[in-house]
Amino acid sequence: MPWTKVLIDKAEFENTLGKQGLRGLSYRAALLEAHTQLLESDPAVIVIGEGVDDPGGVFGSTLDLHKKFGRERVYDMPIAENGLTGVAVGAAACGLKPVFVHMRTDFLPMCMDQLANHAAKWHYMTGGKVNIPLVVRSLIGRGWGSAAQHSQALYSLFTHIPGLKVVAPATPYDAKGLLVSAVRDGNPVMFFEHRWLYDFTGYVPRESYAVPFGQGAVRRAGKDVTIVAVSLMVYEAVKAARLLEKDGIDAEVIDPRTLKPLDEKLILESLAKTGRLVVADNAASFNGFSAEVAALAAEKGFGLLKAPVRRVCLPDVPVPASPELEKAYYPGAEDIAQAVRLALKA
Amino acid sequence: MLRVDKKTKIALLRMMLRSRLFEEKIVSVYGKQDMKTPVHLYIGQEAVAAGVCAHLRREDYIFSTHRNHGHYLSKGADMSGMVAELYGRRTGCAKGKGGSMHFVDVSCGCMGTTSIVGGSIPLAVGGALAAKVRKEDRVSVAFFGDGAADEGVFQESLNFAALHKLPAVFVCENNYYATNSHQDARHAHGNIAKRGHAFGMHSERCDGNNAEAVYIASRKAVNRARRGLGPSLLEFSTYRWKGHVGPDCDYMKGCRPKEELESWQKKCPIEAYKKIILKEHILDQSGIDAICAEVSSEIEAAWSAALAAPYPAAEELYKDVYR
Ligand SMILES: Cc1ncc(C[n+]2csc(CCOP(=O)(O)OP(=O)(O)O)c2C)c(N)n1
Ligand SMILES: [Mg+2]
Repeated sequence: MPWTKVLIDKAEFENTLGKQGLRGLSYRAALLEAHTQLLESDPAVIVIGEGVDDPGGVFGSTLDLHKKFGRERVYDMPIAENGLTGVAVGAAACGLKPVFVHMRTDFLPMCMDQLANHAAKWHYMTGGKVNIPLVVRSLIGRGWGSAAQHSQALYSLFTHIPGLKVVAPATPYDAKGLLVSAVRDGNPVMFFEHRWLYDFTGYVPRESYAVPFGQGAVRRAGKDVTIVAVSLMVYEAVKAARLLEKDGIDAEVIDPRTLKPLDEKLILESLAKTGRLVVADNAASFNGFSAEVAALAAEKGFGLLKAPVRRVCLPDVPVPASPELEKAYYPGAEDIAQAVRLALKA
Repeated sequence: MLRVDKKTKIALLRMMLRSRLFEEKIVSVYGKQDMKTPVHLYIGQEAVAAGVCAHLRREDYIFSTHRNHGHYLSKGADMSGMVAELYGRRTGCAKGKGGSMHFVDVSCGCMGTTSIVGGSIPLAVGGALAAKVRKEDRVSVAFFGDGAADEGVFQESLNFAALHKLPAVFVCENNYYATNSHQDARHAHGNIAKRGHAFGMHSERCDGNNAEAVYIASRKAVNRARRGLGPSLLEFSTYRWKGHVGPDCDYMKGCRPKEELESWQKKCPIEAYKKIILKEHILDQSGIDAICAEVSSEIEAAWSAALAAPYPAAEELYKDVYR
């Protein structure tokens, strides 16, 4: 299916789906198209964030939206993240559907009070009388010495807070379809985009469509081992699977697409087939998303496991600046392949 | 105006030249792509750091931002540690862990810098609180931009510092932009200094491109802090010449009007001050050239040392998470 395809680079798209006449779009363009169609179709949608209307347009994902839809609906804001999150939460309670954009995930801790104590709990605390249709987009940075305060992948933090939903699209198709679902969901949704995904190209239908929450995608079918990978790590996992092919190992790569709700069924079905599980994440292992997947295997797939679960995650240290330390910091396809080999030896 | 003595005038010029030439060096090498860290250049704003830091003693604290090079150099931080940090070397002031946005030099009160907008402000208040509680004769300075004044924490920090009469100086460099967002798109009222009045604090707004004006305003603020009269808020009007990040200009991308940049470039704090120095016969041209030559050789030495230094070993990654 063209929409589940993970394509490592643009040339790969041109040589496969492009040849079949399918339209290719970059991740950034897919996001822009989703915003455009959402703003066109629903007058309640507004887009707010630092730089959404500037010449960069949040790396192209909101480019020129203010020209099409006016600054009443697409606007810049003071650098006052917590206050403005509260404003967005209040506006959501009273009929708007704000999409709040942050250039870096690292700015989300500024908004934590309004997200964790207000947005997440409002529906419950009001006995279901008031819902908060808020989408918070943020980008995960990496490289060029961005360092400790500009490269964090903090999604796991938000999966720990009841009342929030958390999504992390890896492909252009999902970027568009999940943003549509997120805006229509009616609940606060944390939407995480890895900056390195922005130039990736994939099949994206022109019309508006929704990718449902809680449905993972099999990025590559295989029978020997299950690799569950998130966001950018999906690509590393697919590359790892290609490396492993040469050793005669047939890896299945699963992209959960939404971290909460999580498609447990898909992961357990795969595990039933392979008996071995490797989880690849973009953040530290301790108490992170990878731990949740491992816990799922231990709780509901214990009998299926033929080997201990292995995790390929970032070290439990802040992100360093030096290029040499960055190299040592980030695991990639080879590390995933190695984890798979070890899982198969056990 | 209060008199500024000859020695101070030379010191101000020298501090500004150190910041300017240091960053011009960055601009000249950045294209090689071996300085792998985002640089936020201070070119155009040097008078602020110089005029403030001229009053600070070695033990006084400063807390700074992503745009920190000028603050650190003017406070007397070790240049070679900064350059090595820019190149991610083991000899960097943060051992290669911080990069351009996270310099440190504890030996002269440079307690670290943050790339989270507004973060420096309460930290400096904390420095002032520590000095007061420990009965140390120190002043603590927060450097921050007009963008940081948007954050709630700015107001919270002003209030707490005023409430406890802490020896803090809030230095807001209003360069009218936060990335590409003009102050008019963010502030209902353009005068940031006035917010200090709401907390009963000494506040002043002045020309940040005039080194002596900055010096005189800062003298009052720093002296008040030292004498236990509480914090002050200083707003300096100035302008950055380069784009928000990186060595290039940004007007071609439509980030701001070219004419606006050019009008500010005509008000270059360093060229203006050189004229005064010459006119007042503080130095002649050869005297100014001699300072430039001296600073340039300091820069060259720092660069060669940094480029010759080793990168941190991979194990270094796991060190320093906790003490
Ligand atoms: C909390 C937070 N929000 C947003 C950003 C992104 N950002 C980095 S610098 C900057 C502008 C800061 O403007 P200002 O405080 O005026 O400082 P200047 O860059 O002009 O020196 C922004 C919005 C950030 N680093 N931290
Ligand atoms: Mg500014």
